[in-house]
Amino acid sequence: MTAVPIVSVGSGAAGAAVFPDSDSRRYRYFEPRSKRATHYEDVTVDVQPDPERYLLQDWIISFPNGKGAYTKDNTAALSSNWHAFRAPDQEWERTHYQRQSKIEGMVQSVIANGRKSGAPKAFNKAWVKILQNHLGAWKHVEFGLGTSLMQAQRYGYTQMINNATLTNSSYKLRLAQDITLYLAEIGMDIPGFDDTAGKRTWLEDKGWQGTREAVESIMGSADYLEQYFATNIVFEPLVGELFRSGFLMQVASSNGDFITPSVISAAEADYERNLANTIDLLHLLVTDNQHAAHNKNLFQGWVNKHVALANKAAVGLQPIWSQPHSKPVQYADARAQSVERIKKILGELGLVLPKE
Amino acid sequence: MSGTLTLNKITAQRGISVGEAAKKIADLGWNPSYVQEAMTFPTDYKITKAPKDPMKQVLRSYFPMQEEKDNRVYGALDAALRGDMFRNVEPRWVEWMKLFLAIIPFPEISAARSMAMVGRLAPGEDLRTGFTMQMVDEFRHSTIQMNLKKWYMENYIDPAGFDITEEAFGKCYATTIGRQFGEGFITGDAITSANIYLTVVAETAFTNTLFVAMPSEAARNGDYALPTVFLSVQSDESRHIGNGHSMLMSMLKEPDNHLLIERDLRYAFWQNHAIVDAAIGTFIEYGTTNRDKNKESYAEMWHRWIFEDYYRTYMLPLEKYGIKIHHDDVQTAWKRLTEKHYVHRVAQFFAVGWPVNFWRIEAQTDKDFEWFEHKYPGWYAQFGEFWKWYEKLSHRGQTNILFNSDVGYVYPHRCWSCLVPCLIREDIVTDEIDGQLYTFAHELDRWTVAQAFAGEYEGRPTPAMGRFSGRREWESCYDGWDLADAIKDLGFVRTDGRTLVPQPHLRFDEKEMWTLDDLRGHTLKSPLMALRAMSPADREAHLAEYRKGFTINPCN
Repeated sequence: MTAVPIVSVGSGAAGAAVFPDSDSRRYRYFEPRSKRATHYEDVTVDVQPDPERYLLQDWIISFPNGKGAYTKDNTAALSSNWHAFRAPDQEWERTHYQRQSKIEGMVQSVIANGRKSGAPKAFNKAWVKILQNHLGAWKHVEFGLGTSLMQAQRYGYTQMINNATLTNSSYKLRLAQDITLYLAEIGMDIPGFDDTAGKRTWLEDKGWQGTREAVESIMGSADYLEQYFATNIVFEPLVGELFRSGFLMQVASSNGDFITPSVISAAEADYERNLANTIDLLHLLVTDNQHAAHNKNLFQGWVNKHVALANKAAVGLQPIWSQPHSKPVQYADARAQSVERIKKILGELGLVLPKE
Repeated sequence: MSGTLTLNKITAQRGISVGEAAKKIADLGWNPSYVQEAMTFPTDYKITKAPKDPMKQVLRSYFPMQEEKDNRVYGALDAALRGDMFRNVEPRWVEWMKLFLAIIPFPEISAARSMAMVGRLAPGEDLRTGFTMQMVDEFRHSTIQMNLKKWYMENYIDPAGFDITEEAFGKCYATTIGRQFGEGFITGDAITSANIYLTVVAETAFTNTLFVAMPSEAARNGDYALPTVFLSVQSDESRHIGNGHSMLMSMLKEPDNHLLIERDLRYAFWQNHAIVDAAIGTFIEYGTTNRDKNKESYAEMWHRWIFEDYYRTYMLPLEKYGIKIHHDDVQTAWKRLTEKHYVHRVAQFFAVGWPVNFWRIEAQTDKDFEWFEHKYPGWYAQFGEFWKWYEKLSHRGQTNILFNSDVGYVYPHRCWSCLVPCLIREDIVTDEIDGQLYTFAHELDRWTVAQAFAGEYEGRPTPAMGRFSGRREWESCYDGWDLADAIKDLGFVRTDGRTLVPQPHLRFDEKEMWTLDDLRGHTLKSPLMALRAMSPADREAHLAEYRKGFTINPCN
């Protein structure tokens, strides 16, 4: 048994020898958005391949209808370059866990300290009912949107689109669970608190049925981009922010509750990021050099459909503004603000808010 | 004053139990009444019983736990650099990571996507939290592995190959095997792919060799980064195994599912064996420089983890639910790994094809020969001369081993099912499906395509089952091409436009590095296209000769 021994340079470290490409220390198969690729781009771009980038053999397993793992027709929107999108929040696993973990830490500290000081017992009685029934119902909204986005993250044509959708789903599902556990915990300090009332309200209370219909319509869409669009472009400003910022965040403290706004506040920051991601993706589509008109037309149709549902939802929720003992905010003011907000969002995309 | 005063007694607060928290979270779902969710990923399975979440973890504890795991990983990577890890790392090992890390992030992110498929199929919401966490876990695995690869690219002596990683993944003759693996998680019947193939078999059985055995070998080669990242990844797998098992238990309740479970377990076990053992077996046995005779060989580890742990304690108990377990398949896989030298034939194939890959493969040496003979008796007689040829032909100016007729190697047919070539020559099988001839590495591979991936299984309609498609035989993509032109088309050329990314040695010296000109003048051929073009008689004669195998000529 003999073979010629092999000699190496004695080190595996960068710079130990100079030869062609011994200094090629950047991924060179994609164009970064800026001069230099960001960390997010390096760990995200092209991990999900496709026949354009770079499946030499095409998809090698197909569904019974002949379609491969990812196809462009999972949405009615068209793009001359689905690969162009980069998520402005630049989220990858490390930043995602850091952010989610910080939020969980903050939420738990607030709840623990609030309970320690006996705060839930000092909540106004009418407010307690609102938390029990309406915040209790709201957790299902977040859960529904979270599961809908969990479904949507399977369909996008690129890794960048699907990962942005995935983190959006993760944020929503975290909030749904945060609210659930928050209500269960303060429920232990408030005699007679029924934390199962929220689900009953969600399923049976007339005021919530418009919201449930709007959420179920998003969940039921088979177009992943419509799900992403309807969630962040329409539902969030017209219903999500309306209820979270326009009601819970502003009304809680004057009813003796300083805990709920902190629990909810993270969702508003989540939304800012998810909105930025969505707008960037949609902006590419409405300015696409080949398909802009088609996409605008399609999106306006989605606006019309989901705004009608969201308006019905908002109207249904209106009576809740009258229920607290202290009423520092009027529904009309909160609603005006959310209408202003969606107008601005739609304006960025060249879309219009349909008249009521 | 009695008893002990503790801080806990002062600050303790009544909380809700883990079980109660999980129960409340499972109650977040409801049955929609205004608009029904579309069943966009169909299955032929019936699932009526809601699966239970065995882990009962909630996101409140999940996110901080994962952040802490990440902190340890990234801290260890920094420490490895401070400790000058790359000065002592074995390049033979890191080169194979160019292949492994090109493949693995895609199956990982596919697993994240597949959670959408099972999430909607499982009745009830109990397991939804488990699927949610798995979705985020897989996002973690994919991006943490891309980060590791970037880190190797930035710090290892030869970054070429890492720098084209995802493009190379889509094109290489070896990564095609990994694409079969990853696409298998997300395409076809949602339960077949996302539950049985991914979770019940790949994660429960084969992640032990992927994420535990391989890191051990990395550490033996001075690479402390891979174990840090992959053992952290593996720590998430127990949750995924729980998800898969819970879903499986729920499906077992329906007798109608039993036939499909039997089919899918058979397909998934065989294909995981064919693919994972080919790749990971090669990395562990041929990527290492450590030849300690006291350490376990890949075959020995396989026996411990796959045979003893998985087959005996996971698969066999399914018999009591009425599921037929194909014991012979497990025994056959074991024999392929031991008596039929499956891994060694794969390593030989990868080495023969070095000009069309994107990493360096070093020849095996005397020290390696001794170890192989010790662990796999009879190895030297079959493979010793080959590796001597490989070393001899690793120098520029020689005719490359892929086209060197002095060697005696016969280029293999590709298996249409697992995409690993038909390397155990006597086992090759052919079949005509829809009027086309195909080659298969084993009868079970033929069964997979002809019977399992079809619209009917044993008389039962299976409309949701996927199909094998695309240009599955890699060689047919370059049939008739000059080797140098094919390499250029693949993009496996360094930025000087002439030096190849792959090299058949670890000599980090420009003078020793092969260029396009060294390889020009050889024409690539598709064995399948050639076989199809033969007359029936010629074809039979060809296959009879193929089954006899080949003999490597003595290398002097």
